[in-house]
Amino acid sequence: MNAPAPRMARTMLVAALVCATAIGCSKKVKEAPPVEPTASTDTGATTTSPMVDTGPTRAGAYGPGDLDSDACLRNRVVYFDLDQDALKPEFQAAMNCHAKYLRDRPAARLRLEGNADERGSREYNVGLGERRGNAVSSALQANGGSGSQLTVVSYGEERPVCNDGGEDCWSQNRRVELVYSAK
Amino acid sequence: MTRIANLLIPILLLAPAFPASAQSAGLEIDIVGGNAAALPIAVVPFAGNTGQTDIDNIIRADLARSGQFRTLDEAGLPERPTQGSEVAYPTWRMLKQDFLLVGRASPSSGGYRVEYELFDVARQERLLGFALTAPESSMRDVAHQIADAVYEKILGVPGAFWTRIAYITSSGLGRNSRYALMVADADGFAPRTVVNSTEPLMSPSWSPDGRRLAYVSFEGGNSAVYLQDIASGAREKAASFRGINGAPSFSPDGGRLALTLSKGGNPDIYVMDLASKQLTQVTTHFGIDTEPTWTPDGGGLVFTSDRGGRPQLYQAGANGGSATRISFEGSYNASPSVSFDGKKIAVAQGSGNTYRIALLDRSTGGARWSMLSPGSLDESPSFAPNAAMVLYAGREGRRGVLYAVSADARVRQRLVLAEGDVREPAWSPYRKQ
Repeated sequence: MNAPAPRMARTMLVAALVCATAIGCSKKVKEAPPVEPTASTDTGATTTSPMVDTGPTRAGAYGPGDLDSDACLRNRVVYFDLDQDALKPEFQAAMNCHAKYLRDRPAARLRLEGNADERGSREYNVGLGERRGNAVSSALQANGGSGSQLTVVSYGEERPVCNDGGEDCWSQNRRVELVYSAK
Repeated sequence: MTRIANLLIPILLLAPAFPASAQSAGLEIDIVGGNAAALPIAVVPFAGNTGQTDIDNIIRADLARSGQFRTLDEAGLPERPTQGSEVAYPTWRMLKQDFLLVGRASPSSGGYRVEYELFDVARQERLLGFALTAPESSMRDVAHQIADAVYEKILGVPGAFWTRIAYITSSGLGRNSRYALMVADADGFAPRTVVNSTEPLMSPSWSPDGRRLAYVSFEGGNSAVYLQDIASGAREKAASFRGINGAPSFSPDGGRLALTLSKGGNPDIYVMDLASKQLTQVTTHFGIDTEPTWTPDGGGLVFTSDRGGRPQLYQAGANGGSATRISFEGSYNASPSVSFDGKKIAVAQGSGNTYRIALLDRSTGGARWSMLSPGSLDESPSFAPNAAMVLYAGREGRRGVLYAVSADARVRQRLVLAEGDVREPAWSPYRKQ
């Protein structure tokens, strides 16, 4: 079965996001590399780029172009610890600016795609991915986003961005991707 | 066990190409482990020709991988009888064979007629003598049916060789991923694609008549549960509520479907009446409740829940009511598969980063655990309809492979799809003649 047309459109939107972790992507999208949940001392300082600590930088309203240019809004992947669905403090800034974007643009719609690493049962991991999506949804709503703008979809462990095994890889798969279906 | 691996090579060479499954370049089979206590049986090469199919080799492989039989190497046969009148019992007694199977094939109305006879060597007695006629394309089926008859006659338990398996394959990463729902013979041969998708497919579950599969597809942008007729491809969407639509499982009578829905805010177990599509909510808990599996009487459901903190198995009535925890060993127990008699439950049991297939035996009233697999990321156990073997998925580097293990853990067979990831095996019910 082929993906229906709306799905293809969404796939285009998420393409840039997937490129953040996939090998051999175009260089025009310079998104932050995945943030190590347990920031290892050798790489943690550089991979946790400054944008993570940046809240909404703009006093005025966000526009669709800001999704590609604003350092904070470009942060569209939230990572989680093993078996956890608690939002880590370093992602609070991203929650603030995406919530502001949703407030500024009531017609915007955001899909929160929850994912888990490959350990454990597949259907249980679908549940875990949904919890993570709900955690991001709650954080966005706590910052003023409207629940009607948000949809949570859990893919469990079915859409890994890395299949090499090991914690480095698993930590990249434990994530929620923020995908704007309407900007 | 090298001996058995050698015997399997001819089968691999004879395996026909299956153009329907674009992803598969063929299945690779080998056997690890062995069982010294297995019953010795000599399967003499059948006389005559059955086209592409080497019937006695398939029977030998079936009996060997069950763990219950030890087959005599073809090269070690001093005589090659093909019918009862040619059998000299002392020869087979000297070779310490308990049983002897001989047969012969002849062309018959566009196909072949295959006759076979099974002998008890010690008692010098013929146990079985039958003939099967079928088209050439069904010769593998004929071989599996003969293996089933031999298995049942000797062990008193129906064989499950003439059955099928459903499983999921995937290849690629991210948006380049491709997914397929496949069905193959129980020994991994004759794979064919039931569904192809660019979005994830999950959790195949057989209807009790073996004609339909329930599964999860994300093709609509969210999970949905579909029911599909395997032969015709006709399908219907059974559930596409807001949130999770997952973990479908047909009731033993085929009239109901247990599934996981999170439309109420978090994943709970529901039962859908398939005629009316009416839902009954079985669990109501803030934890994740999922992976419902029916007890054989259709009155209860075994499922996974993390209501106690970590995922463990619980059992509840199919109409709801309170749930009782049934797994107390291991920090993580999930993906239950219940045997036909309800006495055994195979699970994926986790401890740290290691997940193994474990067997919970409740036949003695208590709870006896044994390990069926070595790990380290084994998942998705599925009982054969006779509960003598369990299929499961394991990891090998970056890919998933399937294993079939005897329920006593003594013999393990690996079914490897040449490319990509193979997972979530589901063993079919018995097929109907």
